[in-house]
Amino acid sequence: MNVVSHKAGEITLQVRGLTTRFGTPARGATVVDGVDLALRRGRTTALVGESGSGKSATALSIMGLIEPPGRIIAGEVLLDGEDLLKLDEREMTKVRGRRIGMIFQDPLTSLNPALSIGQQIAETILAHQDVSEAEAKQRAVELLTHVGVIDAARRVNDYPHHFSGGMRQRVLIATAISCQPQIIIADEPTTALDVTVQAKILRLLHDLQQEMHASLLLITHDLGVVASMADEVLVMYAGRIVERADVDSLFHRPRHPYTKALLACMAGIEDDRSRPLEPIEGTAPDLTDPPPGCRFAPRCPVAEDRCRKQDPRLLAASDSHAVACLLAQAGPAHG
Amino acid sequence: MSIPAAVKDRQAAKGAAMAAASRESARRFWRIRSFCRNHAAVTAAVFLALVGLAVIFAPWLSGHGPDDADNLARLAPVGTPGYLLGTDQQGRDMLVRLLYGGRVSLLVGIVPVLVAGAVGLALGLVAGYTRGFVDQVIMRCLDVVFAFPIVLLAIAIAGAMQAGMETEIISITVILIPYFARLARTATEGVAPMPFIEAARAAGGSPATIMLRYVLPNVFSPVVVYATTLMGIIIVVGSGLSFLGLGVQPPAADWGGMVADGRVVLRRAPHVTVEPGLVILAVSLAFNFLGDGIRDALDPRTIRR
Repeated sequence: MNVVSHKAGEITLQVRGLTTRFGTPARGATVVDGVDLALRRGRTTALVGESGSGKSATALSIMGLIEPPGRIIAGEVLLDGEDLLKLDEREMTKVRGRRIGMIFQDPLTSLNPALSIGQQIAETILAHQDVSEAEAKQRAVELLTHVGVIDAARRVNDYPHHFSGGMRQRVLIATAISCQPQIIIADEPTTALDVTVQAKILRLLHDLQQEMHASLLLITHDLGVVASMADEVLVMYAGRIVERADVDSLFHRPRHPYTKALLACMAGIEDDRSRPLEPIEGTAPDLTDPPPGCRFAPRCPVAEDRCRKQDPRLLAASDSHAVACLLAQAGPAHG
Repeated sequence: MSIPAAVKDRQAAKGAAMAAASRESARRFWRIRSFCRNHAAVTAAVFLALVGLAVIFAPWLSGHGPDDADNLARLAPVGTPGYLLGTDQQGRDMLVRLLYGGRVSLLVGIVPVLVAGAVGLALGLVAGYTRGFVDQVIMRCLDVVFAFPIVLLAIAIAGAMQAGMETEIISITVILIPYFARLARTATEGVAPMPFIEAARAAGGSPATIMLRYVLPNVFSPVVVYATTLMGIIIVVGSGLSFLGLGVQPPAADWGGMVADGRVVLRRAPHVTVEPGLVILAVSLAFNFLGDGIRDALDPRTIRR
């Protein structure tokens, strides 16, 4: 790989106006609603939000893995200037795994119980590269060693049930990076793991990303993970990006009331115990019938009348900070 | 290979990979070992192998043919000198007839199940994985076959062709395909939504790869078990078809046909009925035990490390 010729920070994947809808035009839910995002070489972008906010749907839309009744109805996903949404299934198969690697949430069920892990990794290599089965197998051993599986040469013939959750996630990571993708999408990669293992897996992801000079899209609901991993953060609510900022600005100067509420929910170690955790009142809106105006308005502590009528757009407040909130856009940066 | 650290590992990994390959053959050996631990399955396999060899080499094992009648020794009881298992009402040697009948019964029991199993598995896999239009077309066509009673369809096929073992095998095969297809489709539907299928797609697996390498190994064991269970039943079904005159024609008889022949003299000479009945029972049971053993040996979760 000619890493040197690529500039760090250049855009590798650009998503514009991505809109994915489940159901019919008359009855259905727009789960991803006009999402814009850009991934940069060697950088980590975190996509944060509650369950059901459309984070995973965004990732699956980028991968072209949305199944009926879901459908991508608008937008473009540009990978090196090529719109992935215009590719047919056959061409898309060559993109998945080769140019974009994906790591899923649940390592316990994301591996085929009937194939040895070596066979599974080799399968991905054989799908994309013109190598012999023996070479693919050898690559699998190298990859497993590389992601920290001890005694990989022996374990390559073991089956998924012989591995712990953390080890299985390492196997999945090895599969995802087997073809040197420029982009890695990790959908809640540590949610199913316990805390000590989480840290190791995140560390591994970070190291691999740096080494491969890849872009990492990290989907998570864990702000602690975001703080330790991300360069840029996108906050998603009810299918829309409501705030985009570099990680420092987001944690120190959040501008969207939803982001502030999310941060208030987070328990910090040095926090005063007398400070109560503040859950966000209400529930996420029903996407089959979203509220008019700002989608967060019904739960927003500072919402005004106009918030319930006018739909806020994601506007840049500074080079590295954009927010979709009428109040934040009007008033001075506060918080 | 461009992961720098891995380049260093390369030489070491090369040797390791070769070692891994030999270990994989060791793993295959373990699969056989795990099958061998199942004594019932091994006994069944040995028994079926012996029965198979006996019917194949029937002409060399017996001094006379299956239709040679000894009019002086009709309904000879078990243990009569020269007739180990006695004779039937025409004085034909029961043992010889059992051996020759086994040629038909085993073929009829095994061939349609294997063929229908393969075809049904393929159809069910495609239907269950692709869903939608293809699924509808395949399953509705199979429903049409499903709608016919097995005997009616066999009569139709026999009418179009000629009564005989080939007809019997073809009609039973046609009848069995929908059963296998439904089983495979249901199993596929259970596997298709699993996260590892989505993960395989996200890794760039083509539909064919995913069906063959990810879905098939996970639906294979119920189909194998079903197939071995059916083999016993189909031997009986085949006998029923022969009884109706759609299968092998007298004087040749399969095991079921022999049971049917014996019913006339059931009170006077029960051995004429009981012997083929016991053979059918033993062979059916053996297939079942064999199926359980194969299923356990195929399931990676039961492999010991």
